[in-house]
Amino acid sequence: MTEIDIERVYDALATTLDSLTADKRDLFLAKIALLLAHELGDADRICDLIAEAARTSPD
Amino acid sequence: MRPQGRAETQSLYFDYPQFKAPEDRKHLEGRARVAIVGAGPVGMTAALALAREGIASVLLDAKSTFNDGSRAICVSRSSFYILQRLGVVAPFLDKALGWTTGRSFYRGQQILEFDMPDGPDEKYRPMYNIQQQYIEQFLWDAIAREPLIETRWQSTVEGIEDRDGGLCLTVRDPQSVYKMTADWVLAADGARSAIRKMRGLRLKGENYEGRYVIADVQMAHDYPTIRRALFDPDCRRGGTVLVHKQPDDIWRIDYQLRDDEDADAAIAETTVRASVQAVLDDLGYDGTWDLEWWSIYSANTLALDDYRDGRVFFIGDSAHIVPIFGVRGLNNGLADAQNIAWKLARVLDGRAQDALLESYSPERRGATLDVFANASKSARFMTPPTPGWQLMRDAALSLALRHPFAGQLANPRQMTPYTYSDSPITEMDDVGFNGGPLPGAVLPEVRVHSGYLTDLLGSGFTLVTCSTAISEAVSHDELTNVVIPTGSAVDMALQLGADGAYLIRPDMHVASRWTKATAAQVMAALARNHGDLT
Ligand SMILES: Cc1cc2nc3c(=O)[nH]c(=O)nc-3n(C[C@H](O)[C@H](O)[C@H](O)COP(=O)(O)OP(=O)(O)OC[C@H]3O[C@@H](n4cnc5c(N)ncnc54)[C@H](O)[C@@H]3O)c2cc1C
Repeated sequence: MTEIDIERVYDALATTLDSLTADKRDLFLAKIALLLAHELGDADRICDLIAEAARTSPD
Repeated sequence: MRPQGRAETQSLYFDYPQFKAPEDRKHLEGRARVAIVGAGPVGMTAALALAREGIASVLLDAKSTFNDGSRAICVSRSSFYILQRLGVVAPFLDKALGWTTGRSFYRGQQILEFDMPDGPDEKYRPMYNIQQQYIEQFLWDAIAREPLIETRWQSTVEGIEDRDGGLCLTVRDPQSVYKMTADWVLAADGARSAIRKMRGLRLKGENYEGRYVIADVQMAHDYPTIRRALFDPDCRRGGTVLVHKQPDDIWRIDYQLRDDEDADAAIAETTVRASVQAVLDDLGYDGTWDLEWWSIYSANTLALDDYRDGRVFFIGDSAHIVPIFGVRGLNNGLADAQNIAWKLARVLDGRAQDALLESYSPERRGATLDVFANASKSARFMTPPTPGWQLMRDAALSLALRHPFAGQLANPRQMTPYTYSDSPITEMDDVGFNGGPLPGAVLPEVRVHSGYLTDLLGSGFTLVTCSTAISEAVSHDELTNVVIPTGSAVDMALQLGADGAYLIRPDMHVASRWTKATAAQVMAALARNHGDLT
């Protein structure tokens, strides 16, 4: 995936999240996570990525 | 509970019999080989299973009739085999409604239809719906014909003490309080087991948050016998509703209470009527209906650490309480009864050593823990316990409309019988097999001519092989030898080959199997299954 591609995804996620009311955002993120996971089709890899995303960022 | 003006056992469709306390009192204090405390479905099944092995028992129950209300309504295929082996399956087949299909709905839209495994090779359907009082009635009809079972109704066991190599029970009935001794006791006295308390034992495990009301209504509703699960329906936003068809135009409406709903208010008759009406509106049923019975329950996974305490064995709800989505409460109890009965009978008549009894708890408690694992999964889907589970459940449901993979998450776990792999009497597998049931697993069903493989089994142990030589080399009082044609469907299902053999237990679980069986191996496995654990 190129820089341009990932930016498009990033933008699409941001604009979709903004188009939703606050109470729908969690549900949307959960749904997109399931859809992407199903496309990726590698449960070990997905579980690693879940752990990665859960790591608290050093800010 | 019943509508106002109707007594506890005043049903719209079932006449509860009334049983008297024993009238002939001379023999009451005599010694029994087995006393079974509790004549619920599990105690009755144990008494029948012992009688089929030639063992007499005394069956005691505190009540004067069957359990009130329809309670457990889903009887599984494996339980039908137990009933078949007891010789009592016919009335169940006549009355019960077999089913294979479930449908799940999310906010009124169907998102999933699943079928439990079934097909022309199967003798019984995966599941049957029948009210618990019919289950008890049909078992009772067989008990009433059985001279080896002495039933004492209105007889409450109030004390239990170890004495004289047996157990001394204190029994209270309307006429007197007396003591009787039994060599062995089967505690089938239900979820609130008095025997369990008197033995100082406690159930351990978890209580789940979800509370459900189960209500039975009678109505002329035109819908096949398909289990319907309504997630987040209009009538119960955020909750789950289950709908089951039963015989006699009775429908089970099972609905989840919200966290803020008060249990006492929820089970008031007017509230139940309004809640049921809302569900029926959602189902599109606009006819009349009668309220039959209702009750409330919560999902628990509780079990004893050991189902044996000296000469007392716990069977059924006295040993374990499981959430009902798995529909295993009653089914598991029937398997407990069958399991202890074939073992205890063999120890009592000297065919087997005491050590055989050590396999009861690992096998049946193992089965309970397996149910817990599956039931916790379905409970988390039906009644998400925390925001995380709730969010993922809702995500799966809302995707399910267009993405079948997400709908599969709503598929309740199948009722595969448990494999007794950790039992002291189950032997290691022969690694040469490439398919077929493992030692400890249940024998699969296969079509044979106009009948089924299971029809060929003996009442005790059975050796299944394609080899006449092996069959002729082994003989044992307890053994029925079945020789299968090479290349037949059974040969394929079991992967028997030229010299293979399976030893099947009286409860249809595989004891052992060999790709190249010898008489010595078969005899050793038979000995092991008679308690020779050396
Ligand atoms: C209200 C209710 C609703 C239920 N709904 C469902 C359902 O929808 N689906 C499902 O799968 N399961 C359901 N169950 C559970 C199911 O009914 C049980 O799993 C099943 O009845 C267990 O059978 P049992 O023989 O082990 O115990 P029980 O049926 O409870 O029988 C125990 C017997 O022991 C007797 N007894 C108790 N103490 C003594 C004593 N000291 N001396 C002599 N006798 C005694 C009692 O009178 C009773 O007859 C429900 C249970 C209840 C109570």
